[in-house]
Amino acid sequence: MNINNSGWKPELAANDSNGDAGVATFTGNRALMLDEPLIFEIGSNATTGVDFAACDARHDLGALARTAPINLPGLSEPETVRHYTRLSRQNYGIDLGVFPLGSCTMKHNPRLNEKIARMKGFGDVHPLAPIPTIQGALAVIHELAEWLKALTGMPAIAMSPKAGAHGELCGILCIRAALEARGETARTVMLVPESAHGTNPATAAFAGFSIESIPATAQGRVDVAALEARLGPDVAGVMITNPNTCGLFERDLKRIADNVHAAGGYVYCDGANFNAIVGRVRPGDLGIDAMHINLHKTFSTPHGGGGPGAGPVVLSEALAPFAPLPVVETQGDDYVLIEEENAAESHPQAFGRMAAFQGQMGMFTRALAYILSHGADGLCQVSGDAVLNANYVLRSLEDTLDAPFAHSGPCMHEALFTDVGFAEGFSTLDVAKGLIDEGFHPMTVYFPLVVHGAMLVEPTETESKAGLDQFIGALRSVAERAKAGYPTLKSAPHFAPRARLDETQAARKPVLVHPLISAAGKRITSP
Amino acid sequence: MRYLPLTDTDRAEMLATIGAPSIDALFAEVPAEARLDGLIAGLAHHQSEMAVERHFSHLARRNMAAAHHPFFLGCGAYKHHIPASVDHLIQRGEFLTAYTPYQPEIAQGTLQVLFEFQTQVARLFGCAVANASMYDGSTACWEAISMAARITRRKSVLLSAGLHPHYVSVAQTMARFTGDVVESAVPDLAGSDWADLAARVGPETSAVVVQYPDIFGQVEDMEALASACQAAGALLIAVVTEPVALGAIKSPGEMGADIVVGEGQSLGVGLQFGGPYVGLFACREKFVRQMPGRLCGQTVDASGKRGFVLTLSTREQHIRREKATSNICTNAGLCALAFSIHMTLLGEAGLRQLALVNHTKARRAAARLTQINGVALATPSFFNEFTLSLPVEARPVVRALAERQVLGGVSLGRLYPGINALENGLVVAVTEVVSDDDVEALATALEGVLA
Amino acid sequence: MTRYYTIEHEWIEVDGTTATVGITDHAQHQLGDIVFVEVPAAGTTLTKGGQAAVVESVKAASDVYAPVSGVVSESNAALEADPALVNSAPEGDGWFFKLTLTNAAELEGLMDKAAYDAWVKTL
Repeated sequence: MNINNSGWKPELAANDSNGDAGVATFTGNRALMLDEPLIFEIGSNATTGVDFAACDARHDLGALARTAPINLPGLSEPETVRHYTRLSRQNYGIDLGVFPLGSCTMKHNPRLNEKIARMKGFGDVHPLAPIPTIQGALAVIHELAEWLKALTGMPAIAMSPKAGAHGELCGILCIRAALEARGETARTVMLVPESAHGTNPATAAFAGFSIESIPATAQGRVDVAALEARLGPDVAGVMITNPNTCGLFERDLKRIADNVHAAGGYVYCDGANFNAIVGRVRPGDLGIDAMHINLHKTFSTPHGGGGPGAGPVVLSEALAPFAPLPVVETQGDDYVLIEEENAAESHPQAFGRMAAFQGQMGMFTRALAYILSHGADGLCQVSGDAVLNANYVLRSLEDTLDAPFAHSGPCMHEALFTDVGFAEGFSTLDVAKGLIDEGFHPMTVYFPLVVHGAMLVEPTETESKAGLDQFIGALRSVAERAKAGYPTLKSAPHFAPRARLDETQAARKPVLVHPLISAAGKRITSP
Repeated sequence: MRYLPLTDTDRAEMLATIGAPSIDALFAEVPAEARLDGLIAGLAHHQSEMAVERHFSHLARRNMAAAHHPFFLGCGAYKHHIPASVDHLIQRGEFLTAYTPYQPEIAQGTLQVLFEFQTQVARLFGCAVANASMYDGSTACWEAISMAARITRRKSVLLSAGLHPHYVSVAQTMARFTGDVVESAVPDLAGSDWADLAARVGPETSAVVVQYPDIFGQVEDMEALASACQAAGALLIAVVTEPVALGAIKSPGEMGADIVVGEGQSLGVGLQFGGPYVGLFACREKFVRQMPGRLCGQTVDASGKRGFVLTLSTREQHIRREKATSNICTNAGLCALAFSIHMTLLGEAGLRQLALVNHTKARRAAARLTQINGVALATPSFFNEFTLSLPVEARPVVRALAERQVLGGVSLGRLYPGINALENGLVVAVTEVVSDDDVEALATALEGVLA
Repeated sequence: MTRYYTIEHEWIEVDGTTATVGITDHAQHQLGDIVFVEVPAAGTTLTKGGQAAVVESVKAASDVYAPVSGVVSESNAALEADPALVNSAPEGDGWFFKLTLTNAAELEGLMDKAAYDAWVKTL
């Protein structure tokens, strides 16, 4: 077997020191820290928090009528508000403090964007409404598309992908379609650097390519010699993240792109880290063929506890003809939607639809509001401050934490550290959990895989110097405890709503839904 | 710049710590030929909050919002009343500005919501398990097809003609690259193809996909089809684009569907011109390890308290890389939260009442509209959406209705351009937001347009 | 009965033409808590070096390769309910599958326990 050591091993330690000075409470609550039962434990099937006009009609659905109980408990409005408010307080968010998750770009989410997305003219518009009645919505999509093309220096864009990975799939499918159109079906290999995010190989495999890994150099960049040696008639292309997952700019990307093109392949750029270079570098100038843009990273749409995102893809001239439908275009003063029925003339090679309707409109309005608020000058300052903040963290902590690539020069928008020097038995995981007690969200841990016990810190440009100084102080303190082997760090967090959770039990005996219990106390199993 | 906290003094101090002369110097690793030497030409500069809001207000006025007009559009996106508390709660910063719950000790809010959401979806669909949501209904449908192929080790899927044409298009796009064989057909107003599908399902079939209610709004029992699939070793995938219907009609799981997916927009999520929406995904327990997407599971913490974590993540791309069950690495978290809050406010009693109100209003509207000369009902059994056969092509009628300030439905010509047999079809959705006056407005406008 | 070891951390115990395969104590230790094992169904034909099983811990999935060629005669059903057997008894009750050898010559070149232990020490 190949022992896959890349993942981290969750460790549990008895946690009996919750900072409570031994004081027990009747409820188990601790002042503002309130536990909350499941709705299935507090609601009832007969309770509703919504009023309806009287309706005594009966349905005429015959045998299709739903008669058996569904068992969906309801709550009154005050109970509902309290339930979710209590739950919200068990979450950490950007609004609460520094959230330095590397490669995730957790920047401030402006509330103007929320207000605009909720305007009736955007939030309450049907996707299949007649085209003359949705000119404003199409105008937003078009205006955002023009900005994204200008910022990336790319001639075309597909707006409909629903998230970064979906955009990545879109770009890779464009490459596949372009190869098929050229009759080059023998190009079945996609080259992916070993530092790549897991979606890259997953996406390429889904699109029917076989994956070959390209090593990284000791300096944390793609091994150009190894990559170039692998190019050939079976290679479809390469997927490169730039700036890369080690927080470094791929200096040789233009040369790589030229060589890949000369060898008949295409270059996909993972745009997850575009925030580092927005307004200063146009990926199009580096010769790439496709790049997705995570609107929820660079352009500040909220992460929402795990989505929804949006992943438009900019495309080169070579790939543009294959972009999926629909497409928004202008005809005179009007905006038109190019769909299946009118694609034949202008987009005969478009490969079809990737999702129903027109894409993540609610994210387009937010992202465009962010872009217009900053303008070209502000976006340049965004990348500048993001890189400044990351370098400040790097240089402030390199005397305490191992920073493997710090000697090679400045980093981009994220600083990478490792667990080298920690006491026996102490790991990156312990540092992350220690930071929780200090009131911070931990950085990205154990990614990228190319260094041991990675800690990837991305402060973003929306952190103040005072906030960063406090974070740097906390991380230094926790790292010193890890190096000295403080036992209490092994059982951190002590002050969070929960101690470390037993992930092994969760995976061995999955409980994914709350069980239904019959009146006789027996668990009712569904099909 | 209102979103950037650093002052010039801060920047100078930080550069001194770093030992760099300027911010530009921090970009020294970027080759000079790749660096722009100034701002990108032709782009606007920063603007005040007021100016940006004004720009969008202007654009928003160029759209006809559902709330401002008699409104009857459906076909995969529905306007329901969303209680005010839903939008308030999802805007709490702890939900709105949280990340994926990878640090479960400080993400129990999101995780418990996902566990409750999974349970609600599973019960609504009549399935054993559900995931933490997908991008939307159309992509969830493709993921179900892909999962069925993994389970059955077959690659041929039969799509019912009643499946939303955009969903069909997504499946065809993906299948072109994965090598799955997708069979689909144009629907027929004369009746559904379920009996035909039951006859065609065979030893090569991975799955049969039906929509319930279907694209015309028609509802039908799927038990016979489920039996036929089971006998052939194929899976039955049911697609629900209007989950409110399941407050009135039997769930697909009850009738034997193996995988049930859907679009959850109807509950808690606005129309938003098509996205973001929330894909629902549920199935039998034995398929759990083949499921795509995130799963939240119950466990305990080190001191024995109940808690929740993302689990079974070895299925996913960040661990399995090219062997993952899907490349998806997100869910529609905030939309799933909105769905779950709305469902909690409704409860079973409220959902059933909501469904009854929808159904009743739709029946009444259908009765009124079919009084118009030449207008006939094409869907004998429906929930809150039905198809009318007009005496003329429906698509220009819809535009003419819009000019009379009525958003009267979705023409089948929009969904199936070039199919003559369908061009007179108009799909009309009637939810609780439609008043009797709205129905009368549509009837009057339609009479006027047809006159 | 003879027990052999591979450099890919599998053990294989041969009894006539039947062989039992599992992963070594060293391997389970490296993987941590095992949460799921996917074993091949009876009747599956395995080729030496081909993928035979998958073993999962919470944050990692590892492929197990067939140490020799053969036809699977039985897989360990107990692992489905209790994957922790791989941690508690990797070289006993935590076995993965049994197979009927199709090419006994492939056993040549595999290590005995002493050689494997010595090799693991060099890792």
